[in-house]
Amino acid sequence: MGTGVQAYISYRVITKTNLPEFEGPEKIVIRRYSDFEWLHDRLSEKYKGIFIPSLPEKNAVEKFRFSKEFIELRRRALDLFVNRIAVHPELKQSEDFRIFLQADEEKMDRARSYETGIFKKPSDFLQMFKTKVSDVVLGKEKPVEESSPEYEKLKNYIFELENHLAEAQKQAFRLVKRHRELGQSLADFGKAIKLLGACEGDSLEKVFSEVGSKSEMLSVKLQKEADNLLFNFEEPLKDYVRAVQSIKLKADSDEATKRFEHIVAVMNEELARFQEQKTADIGLAFHEFAKGQAKLAKDIADAWRGVLPKLEACSS
Amino acid sequence: MMSSAPPPPNLPADADGDMESLPLAPTASDYASVSSTFDPLLSSASLPTPIAAAPFPLSPSSFVDPPSYADVSASSSSFSPLSSAPSSSPRSARAAACEYALIAVSDPTPEAEPAATSLVPGSAPTYISYLVTSARRSGGAGGGGERRYAVRRRFRDFVTLADRLAESFRGHFVPPRPDKNTVESQVMQRDEFVAQRRAALERYLWRLAEHPAIGASDELRVFLQAEGKMPLPTSTDVASRMLDGAARLPRQLMGEEAVAAPQEVVQPAKGGRDLLRIFKELKQSVVSDWGGVKPPLVEEDKEFLDKKQKLQDWEQQLTSASQQAEALVKAQQDMGETMGALGLAFIKLTKFETEEAMYNSQRIRAADSKRIATAAVKASRACRDLNTQTVKYLDTLHEHLGIMLSVHTAFSDRASALLTVQTLMSDLASLQLRIEKLEAAASKIFGGDKTRHRKVEELRETIRATEDAKCCALREYERIKAAYAEKIVEGWETVAEETSGYARRSDNNLAW
Repeated sequence: MGTGVQAYISYRVITKTNLPEFEGPEKIVIRRYSDFEWLHDRLSEKYKGIFIPSLPEKNAVEKFRFSKEFIELRRRALDLFVNRIAVHPELKQSEDFRIFLQADEEKMDRARSYETGIFKKPSDFLQMFKTKVSDVVLGKEKPVEESSPEYEKLKNYIFELENHLAEAQKQAFRLVKRHRELGQSLADFGKAIKLLGACEGDSLEKVFSEVGSKSEMLSVKLQKEADNLLFNFEEPLKDYVRAVQSIKLKADSDEATKRFEHIVAVMNEELARFQEQKTADIGLAFHEFAKGQAKLAKDIADAWRGVLPKLEACSS
Repeated sequence: MMSSAPPPPNLPADADGDMESLPLAPTASDYASVSSTFDPLLSSASLPTPIAAAPFPLSPSSFVDPPSYADVSASSSSFSPLSSAPSSSPRSARAAACEYALIAVSDPTPEAEPAATSLVPGSAPTYISYLVTSARRSGGAGGGGERRYAVRRRFRDFVTLADRLAESFRGHFVPPRPDKNTVESQVMQRDEFVAQRRAALERYLWRLAEHPAIGASDELRVFLQAEGKMPLPTSTDVASRMLDGAARLPRQLMGEEAVAAPQEVVQPAKGGRDLLRIFKELKQSVVSDWGGVKPPLVEEDKEFLDKKQKLQDWEQQLTSASQQAEALVKAQQDMGETMGALGLAFIKLTKFETEEAMYNSQRIRAADSKRIATAAVKASRACRDLNTQTVKYLDTLHEHLGIMLSVHTAFSDRASALLTVQTLMSDLASLQLRIEKLEAAASKIFGGDKTRHRKVEELRETIRATEDAKCCALREYERIKAAYAEKIVEGWETVAEETSGYARRSDNNLAW
């Protein structure tokens, strides 16, 4: 769609439903990232207190933005986003959600620019910004007794949780990198061993060549595992972090301190739901991680075990 | 000689006896401390003594100690994977044929320089001396107790031995001795350095012993058996040799010098004692194109050049493989570290969630992440152990590179031997010419001129001597070439055997 700065990625959103409110059993629409953003913002405004599922990061380095990896990661995150809304008892009833899922592109465009249009004027921006700032300042001056110990405990928990999760996610990301590096090293090593074997000649050459081939094969597997880790382990962790961050913002916002009683009640409920969902999500991520690593290790063991008899034959 | 390995521990009766007599206790702890400071580049120091039976754990104790690795490391004194089987590999065959059944370097002790006087007691310069024990393999008859020798040697003595061997075994692939001083040695702790050097010296002696020619040599025998001060003459420095040569030069020029013995002539003039020949050989090397010389040796030359080219290729590939191996080890190490860090992060998360648990789902999650953390940490440790093993085996590649140095030396020995042959041959040719001229002149003068007659006789003498010398040179040359062929075959066979160690990796990964 277009070239240069105007280029953007579109996503196809397919809805299958039997709910009467919807226009039909199946509907396919085309949406872009800003449409998802619009939905997110609308829901955040209308359903304060409820944890709105988080969106993937908005900005990305230009050249990275069109990489297959990035697009796929984003697609998965958006898919999760939409589905989480669809299973949330309250959110799924939202009018905006229905519009998102069904409106044709023209209507969607209009709805979107209607909302964002207002804010596009710089003066409005400034106004909005000023409002936010002043409210925050006000919020800080508000007497602290207003918040309950329960609320404080909640806040602390969220903050610390984010730290731990962020650390885990960082290591997971590094692990992906290590897999790639190891894969590359193995490939280089395999090549070098093959060349060395060519120098030796005869039976040695065959064995060396096999060791080299196995190395190269394992290198491919490692790269694949790196991908797997990225999508199925690191990304869920990142998703988790995002979710916690958005909760953190909520807990921190001036709105929360203003209406904390109500917020706390809703939050508790939400938190319970959130925790359960997270357990399932992360449990799956852990499972994928363990599975991937086990398979990789088994492949490695098999590869070398296969070469062993030939090497032994050579050395005797 | 390729990488060292003490003979596989298939002498059960002997092994026990050996264990008691060797001073194991202090050295064993050295290894424990060295091996725990894991550094892939210096890990050659972590090889246990050949007879060490007590397995010591490679990694500090933790709640996860993969038992299989400790076993592997303890029995890793023999590189051969067929340590239990009656090995027919070239390495074990060599070891079995070796003159010596036992060689060990142990007990590093500081001693004071004997000639040093010091005003302040206790500040005399010291050196480290090592106890070198050895036993010859009894040659069959009687078979009973092998005679044991134990002598004290310092590093300087090893250097002398290396020099003597280099002189006596020109053309052979003489194994390189351990370095004198490396940058690392300045940086390392004294104990670590001594332990590393001790291990390196032991390996060096084994390699010498396993070399078919050197193992049987007098130099080695004397080194291992003669008690007291080092019996081999230290190398005279070049300057005094040059002085010797300079003293003889005038007499040589005058033609009064007695004809040198053929064996002396055969050594390259570069030894320094015969300046005249040095000049001649220099001139010869400038004049003759080394590759284009066509004496009766031309066909073999081609074969030799082929082999030389092959060896150069091999060296290049070996270097590249060695580099890649290092990169691979680093990548593996990084992987292990990150896996460990990941495990740690999850452990912290687990602790946190367990402490702050407000919901049941949190406890479930905490249990899950604890499992993941444990697995990650286990994997990290396995990775680290794998790495230690990998480094040990890939170290062979590095050692082979060290061999290349002696190959190069052997090549240049060969080159200078050939140069000597050529020089002598051209000498011969010019002498022949002179005789003819003189004979022609003499025949013109009836009755003969006494002086000329004498000169002719002298010339004939010289020619005969030169012919003898040429024969000696050729013999020497042939001998060197024979040594080559054998070495080349041997070298490649050994490499094959070493690389069987790669297959060990499969065992390590089975810990999953």
